[in-house]
Amino acid sequence: MSLRNCRNVKVLEVSPVGQLKRPDEFFEIKLEYPDWDGWKPGQFVMIRPAGWELDLLWARPFSICSADGDTLTLFVQKVGRGTGRIVALKPGDTVSIWGPLGNSFAMEPEIPTLLLAGGIGIAPFCGYVEQHPHPENLRLFLAHRLSLDCYPFAALSERVEGVCMRDDQPEDLQKIIAVMKEQIVEYAAKDGLILSCGPTPFMKTVQRFAAECGVRAQVSLENRMACGVGACLGCVTKDGSGHHVQVCTRGPVFWADKVEL
Amino acid sequence: MNMNVSFGGLSLKNPVMTASGTFGFGLEFAPYGDLTKLGGIVVKGMSLKPREGNPMPRIAETPCGMLNAIGIQNPGVENFIRQALPVLPWKEVAVVANLYACDAEEFGELADILAGEEGIAALEVNVSCPNVKEGGIAFGQDPKQICKVTEAVKKKAGNKPVMVKLSPNVTDITICARAAAEGGADSLSLINTLSGMAVDIHNRKPRIANVIAGLSGPAIKPVALRCVHQVVQAVDIPVVGIGGIASAEDALEFILVGAHAVQVGTANFLRPDFSFDLVDELEKLLEEIGAGSLEEFRGSLELPL
Repeated sequence: MSLRNCRNVKVLEVSPVGQLKRPDEFFEIKLEYPDWDGWKPGQFVMIRPAGWELDLLWARPFSICSADGDTLTLFVQKVGRGTGRIVALKPGDTVSIWGPLGNSFAMEPEIPTLLLAGGIGIAPFCGYVEQHPHPENLRLFLAHRLSLDCYPFAALSERVEGVCMRDDQPEDLQKIIAVMKEQIVEYAAKDGLILSCGPTPFMKTVQRFAAECGVRAQVSLENRMACGVGACLGCVTKDGSGHHVQVCTRGPVFWADKVEL
Repeated sequence: MNMNVSFGGLSLKNPVMTASGTFGFGLEFAPYGDLTKLGGIVVKGMSLKPREGNPMPRIAETPCGMLNAIGIQNPGVENFIRQALPVLPWKEVAVVANLYACDAEEFGELADILAGEEGIAALEVNVSCPNVKEGGIAFGQDPKQICKVTEAVKKKAGNKPVMVKLSPNVTDITICARAAAEGGADSLSLINTLSGMAVDIHNRKPRIANVIAGLSGPAIKPVALRCVHQVVQAVDIPVVGIGGIASAEDALEFILVGAHAVQVGTANFLRPDFSFDLVDELEKLLEEIGAGSLEEFRGSLELPL
């Protein structure tokens, strides 16, 4: 690894995604490319605006969506004070960035692969689809709460088979779970691979059905982090043998049968 | 400017150390800077046996600070010696082991094991971790226990200098400082985290599974500075200042009140190259303010008569 891969970069653009109902929750952030040697889908970065000075202290972790050599793109959901201040950044503002961090999703080009995304959990799959040599072997399933245009689903489903379901009415959740199960059963039958990212209950569902069907599945965790480099031990999860391991360095992607959610 | 500092049996190329629990075993930060640039690295607290630490959630952000209750999750002293120490550049940077135990005897055993390790420059004794229900808190708050534990470590430490890390969660920290000095400590480091808590009114739960946690970061710097100031006046052994250091100016404040060196903790999370940059910035700032030397500046605080 090269030295000094914590850098200051400029914000290029911050734009809201999805204008229909909640124009203030999802944002696409473009940053100057931090001159990495490379990165893999599933990895993440830590971002801390220089303007934060001493409050807030922690950088925030985000999945890498895409990076084309000039621009690094992230999807940010405004959920609290930190993300609120990140989406309020203006072009030209400086942020510290370190990464790419963590491991990445398994990529087996010839194997039918099901991407299961819960809401903003779609973010790492943007890069995955982009880098996959055989996108025809991919299917993306998105369970979403807000209107579809809040998520980069349309662009992705131009390249891969896309299925989406909205969690809007009380009865929707059970329907979504039923469809998830159907799909996991289908991919188990064809000895496929399942990758998932989303809220913990979503991934627990994936973990449970994958175990029942005996299909290989990975989950990507997004625990709260302070350092992102494995030092603070604030983001740990339990591995398959009940030991605490850092999500930032041993994950964020784990095989579903080797992690406690 | 000559940035070397020698105190309490330690010889450092500069006064910037990294605080235990905020810098892993050092290797986590190797991609972000040259570890040998630092004055010293105090590694993650270690116990005789591996510890899983506390349940999650373990950390919470607070105004200009953070709470943590990690619970000394560590692979145990033997695994540290086997796996981490051989890959640390200990010939070029002082590696200080941080010892955690539940009684004086165990502290002695840890010291005994580490005393034989060439790669260890000093032992820092954690008598003050407020996170762990069993032990830590009792030592840190009871001067008799501090003295006893220091003696136990000192007896087994061979030629390794012993630094005792003090808790601020006491009525009078100078009493604890004197107790450590009486026990034979070569130096003191302070402060450890302040005992704190955070709760969530929406789910009506504590934000940290352990409920009580340790507050760190810039929010605690004034408390730390006051403690260092008082302890420097109270004992003859050298003091290392810790608590909310997030700039070269902060570091110099601790040195102004009399600290021989500083430890950077939470600021390592601001960005992973923070401590490396601080080494350069500290020297620059000393020159900028016209300090003749580090030694001249140390303890030169002018108090009202």
